Amino acid sequence: MSIGTQTAQRTVTVAVRGLTKRFGARIALDRISFELYAAEVVAIIGPNGAGKTTLLSILAGVLNPSEGEVIRTPDRRFGWVPQEPALYSKLSVAENLRLFARLERVADPDQAVAAMLAQIGLEDRAGEEVARLSGGNQQRVNIAIGLLCEPPALLLDEPSASLDPRQRERLWEFIGGLAGRGTTIIFSTHNVAEAERYAGRTLVLGDGELLFTGTPADLERAVSGGDTTLDADTPRLAGDFESAFVRFLHDRGH
Amino acid sequence: MRWLLVKDLQILRRSPLLVGLLVVYPVVIALMIGFALSSPPGKPTVALYDAVRTGRGAVSIGNQQINISHYANQLFQSIKPIRVTSRAQAIRKVQDGQAQAALIVPADIVSQINSLITQGVGNPTVELILNSRDPLERQFAQQAIAARANQVEQAVSKQVLRVAVTDLQQVLNGGKLQFLGQSVPLLGLRNARAIVQGTIASLPANSPLRPALKQVVDFADLASGGLGFASPVLSSIGSPLTIKQTELTGKTTPSASYAAAIAVIVSLMFVGVLLAAGLLALERSEHAYSRLVRGLIKPEGLLSEKVLLAAGAATGVTLLMSALVSLFVHLEWMRFPLWLAALVMGALAFGALGVAIGGLARDVSVASLMAFVVSLPIAFVALVPGDAVSGTLKSILDAVAFVFPFKAALQAAANAFSGTAPGIGWPLIHLAVLTLVFGALARLALRRFA
Ligand SMILES: Nc1ncnc2c1ncn2[C@@H]1O[C@H](COP(=O)(O)OP(=O)(O)OP(=O)(O)O)[C@@H](O)[C@H]1O
Ligand SMILES: [Mg+2]
Repeated sequence: MSIGTQTAQRTVTVAVRGLTKRFGARIALDRISFELYAAEVVAIIGPNGAGKTTLLSILAGVLNPSEGEVIRTPDRRFGWVPQEPALYSKLSVAENLRLFARLERVADPDQAVAAMLAQIGLEDRAGEEVARLSGGNQQRVNIAIGLLCEPPALLLDEPSASLDPRQRERLWEFIGGLAGRGTTIIFSTHNVAEAERYAGRTLVLGDGELLFTGTPADLERAVSGGDTTLDADTPRLAGDFESAFVRFLHDRGH
Repeated sequence: MRWLLVKDLQILRRSPLLVGLLVVYPVVIALMIGFALSSPPGKPTVALYDAVRTGRGAVSIGNQQINISHYANQLFQSIKPIRVTSRAQAIRKVQDGQAQAALIVPADIVSQINSLITQGVGNPTVELILNSRDPLERQFAQQAIAARANQVEQAVSKQVLRVAVTDLQQVLNGGKLQFLGQSVPLLGLRNARAIVQGTIASLPANSPLRPALKQVVDFADLASGGLGFASPVLSSIGSPLTIKQTELTGKTTPSASYAAAIAVIVSLMFVGVLLAAGLLALERSEHAYSRLVRGLIKPEGLLSEKVLLAAGAATGVTLLMSALVSLFVHLEWMRFPLWLAALVMGALAFGALGVAIGGLARDVSVASLMAFVVSLPIAFVALVPGDAVSGTLKSILDAVAFVFPFKAALQAAANAFSGTAPGIGWPLIHLAVLTLVFGALARLALRRFA
């Protein structure tokens, strides 16, 4: 983490080169290349089946790429919040957290568990079996496990999908804090407004191809098809951006 | 790996239904198979020493014939006789465990029966020697023989009575007696009475002989009445044939301990394979697998943890089962370290087979189903008797039995329980190799998902 804090903005945490993933004949990712920097928040957006989960899984080390490489600096495990809650439903909330804290070799597992329970606001349900939690609360535990080891980069696959607005708010607040301390955050979402609001940079995937990389403002310009009347200062509704984004994908055959 | 083990134990403790499915059900099936194999469709093997060669035909008692071969044939329908030529040889067969019992018909049985009939003294005895090692088999052999012996006994006593009653009738009514090849007429009590009665009538009324002869007539009345009454009483007399039953501690018959080994190994297989397959598949169905494989634990570590847990459970369950089975079937506790070696090595091999299956399945129910579908034929293939099939089919079955752990585990356990051939060394090495092979296959199966 020294690397992240010293020269904050331009330190590369992950470099992805010509990444390709094939499932049999299907190409889920097609020669993707990009870099991620310390302390930046990056959103991946794109329609269902675009390859978001596949990309994040490869970055997390869950899947191996068919071609290309992922270079991590430093070579440490990233935090990983999968799309579907990866929890043992027969164990309690605290038992799940403690198990993964131990597997992550966190110095003080009990302290880390307590801190995470406070963070996700589930202290009073700590002893309850995960199977009996609501979907959103399970997702909160799922996120907490990804945050346990204070990783150099945190990968979140649709983290806010099943959270209520208050939890969503808390999540982004927490993530903002992490990024402020130098952690690279990369998350996927179907919520274009969320990407626009919290991400410093956006990657757009369509059918495994990287269609666009740039700031949300750049994307907005590209989406509005070079329409200069619609610049960043013009007030507009989020819904307009979303439909423009859909048109953007449609024009590129997605 | 320690924490994963703890976690799996916690999960199992909270899943009584799963444990029931994975542990209790296989044990029940195994016990059923074991009992089906150990209880008789077959006949008990009995060493038979027949000094009279009664089986050859008939034995004469008095002037009656008993058709012994008829009863011998009936006896042979319920036992498998091994004919031996001396009493000592018969006993040795039981000691060696080649026969469950020995039946000895002594040379003097006919003379004993004859003396019983003619003089009222005699003790015709057959000897039954049982192996007390296996309570179950002992009972089985005893019942088979006792039922038949009872029939013979009844037949003999009926014949004896017929002889006795015929003789009695002759005493009463007269007849012909075979004596030294000559037919000697016999007067009979009733005829004698009639003659004496006639004599009295022909005597003068005041003859001093009259009261004396009257006494003879009175006695004849009394005697014929009493003897006439005696024949039904005689027929209610109990068995003239004694079965002298002794027990000795011989070797256990191979079939009993082999059946026990089959039951135990079937359990070992089900618990080992199902638990390993189920627990590995559980990681995937809970999606936790994706977290674990990102360097939290090496795939080899994950597989080892499942194999160890499954093998530990399978060994525990089957050790308990062996102890229970040893109450009914003699297993050699002296060889306990070998039991342990056979069960542990077998359990590891089955656990490895289990993770290879679990690595292919995406959830617990599919994994359990696959484990069943794979396990049952493996067991059956290994249990097909060598002489039941021939040629190419036999080679194929042998090859299948060779590449799965069942047969090697069964050989190891059978040897551990009672020292049957082949020895335990090769089966254990075989199991170790299979553990490594299936472990490697499981590793490949996991890579398929990366
Ligand atoms: N294990 C797999 N085997 C075969 N095909 C797969 C596998 N995982 C993903 N795919 C395919 O790869 C493509 C990308 O899938 P991915 O899950 O990455 O999409 P996504 O962008 O995350 O979609 P969503 O928004 O629905 O989560 C899809 O066409 C999917 O069918
Ligand atoms: Mg996805």
